[in-house]
Amino acid sequence: MARIKIVNPFKRRPGRIPGFGLTLGVTVSYLSLVVLIPLLGLVIKTAELSWGQFWGTISNDRVLASFGLSVGGSLVAATVNLVFGFVVAWVLVRYSFPGRRIVDALVDLPFAMPTAVSGIALTALYARTGWLGGPLDALGVKAAFSRLGVVIALIFIGLPFVVRTLQPALADLESEIEEAAASLGAGRVQTIRRVIVPAVLPAVLTGFALAFARAVGEYGSVVFISGNMPMRTEITPLLIITKLEQYDTAGATAIAVVLLGFSFLMLLAVNMLQLWSTARSR
Amino acid sequence: MAGSASMSVAVGARAAPPATRDAPAVRWTLTAIALAFLALFLVLPLVVVFAEAFREGIGAYLASFDDPDALAAISLTLLTAAVAVPLNVAFGICAAWAITKFKFPGRPLLVTLIDLPFAVSPVVAGLIFVLVFGLQGWLGPWLVARDIRVIFAVPGIVLATLFITFPFVARELIPLMEEQGTEEEQAAMTLGARGWTIFRRVTLPNIRWALLYGVILCNARAMGEFGAVSVVSGHIRGRTNTLPLHVEILYNEYSFVAAFATASLLAVLAIATLVLKSLVEYRIQRQVARASAGAAGREALP
Repeated sequence: MARIKIVNPFKRRPGRIPGFGLTLGVTVSYLSLVVLIPLLGLVIKTAELSWGQFWGTISNDRVLASFGLSVGGSLVAATVNLVFGFVVAWVLVRYSFPGRRIVDALVDLPFAMPTAVSGIALTALYARTGWLGGPLDALGVKAAFSRLGVVIALIFIGLPFVVRTLQPALADLESEIEEAAASLGAGRVQTIRRVIVPAVLPAVLTGFALAFARAVGEYGSVVFISGNMPMRTEITPLLIITKLEQYDTAGATAIAVVLLGFSFLMLLAVNMLQLWSTARSR
Repeated sequence: MAGSASMSVAVGARAAPPATRDAPAVRWTLTAIALAFLALFLVLPLVVVFAEAFREGIGAYLASFDDPDALAAISLTLLTAAVAVPLNVAFGICAAWAITKFKFPGRPLLVTLIDLPFAVSPVVAGLIFVLVFGLQGWLGPWLVARDIRVIFAVPGIVLATLFITFPFVARELIPLMEEQGTEEEQAAMTLGARGWTIFRRVTLPNIRWALLYGVILCNARAMGEFGAVSVVSGHIRGRTNTLPLHVEILYNEYSFVAAFATASLLAVLAIATLVLKSLVEYRIQRQVARASAGAAGREALP
């Protein structure tokens, strides 16, 4: 039975903007070709491994040590960035000083600088012959070619994530709320602790998660300064490359899947944080 | 990820009322801490690149580029960017158009998937292409039979770069086009404009600065990518070395002046990227301010 559609001639329907099929088609095909199918290849390759093979690879002492360093070093670096990134974001949003725009632009340097360049620059700086490595060495601190070196590189690479996530949150704070807190007798410290910090907490956690996630997968800026000693200063991404160079594709795949699973978890965490933050701001 | 923050950059320090302003001592201390931290972690590494590059004078610096392998690395880097940037621009525009002008199921999932390459470690990004095109990969035997090389060759480098720089343009355009809505395109349609004309005459002028911003970031990453390219390149001198890989090889051979001289080219690229980015950000802010003023004006109408 044919259905009769009743059209109200006075309610003008907006015409449909053209190009839906074309643009969505291009998007989905290109996304599939460049990203999804290759990623699927990794998953399928993993499925070819037996459980014993997979578990044997990732429970190996050297691999576990690299997980410990990558995750532990990234947590330390992200925490340092949380503290100093907050101060930097606060200063950039709240205060005005000569050269503020230049300093603000400079925060993105770790994004803009190729990681290999950052890596050799940090190594030159913190090696025993370097500008900072020399004085540190005199104090008995070995910076380059140690775990400290790994953390230094991860601080460098993670800083913009924290600052750039916090800046809009701090800028969006209504000054009325702070004024209200102050007029109700709250001191400055109390205002910061009870009003400002809770308001920007989702941004703080998002920045931390982004910096942490990036640091765990980071390769270029770390490999030069770390010294790459198995069990001590060998990060997980480097171990993947080492396995590949030894033609141990199965081993490299198993470690990569763990890293990829971790990336997905972090992506999920960041998305949840964002949902939380939008829900709160409504 | 720089993109997510693009709109926020250079937010003016607002003149806070005295009751909520930090005491001058606090202000100075915090500013000093922030600047010292940035000097230590950002300025010094940048300065040291040039200091090491010019350590043995300008002659040694220039001699570093008098090397066919260095020139080959430069041209491969330019070629890679010349392929990756236009493809990702075309994709970014298509993705942003589909996502912001239409409502369809799976839209949030698509947005998340576009961001995926940001979350994946560069080394894993390189590995997945080895697993598809490598000797033991899916297509490996088929490619060998036809004598096509992807891994340890230029196509692999381009593919890995495409993957890594995939989201840059799209994620700059999507928030902006979302904000701008579809009213102007609707109006153009009412006046009889067709698809391509609408895009060229209405949408493109509205998004040109954000597009340029995405291109700048995409280009910087395409030229500077190291981890992913390192896995697929095979480090064949003069053939599959991009500039960052060339830096690594020179450094590992203890040719420090040449390594830092090559690195200084990339550092200049980074500085140029930051300068251009700041300029474009300023234009985008003005545009967003105008767009939201326009939206407010429309809402005020009865």
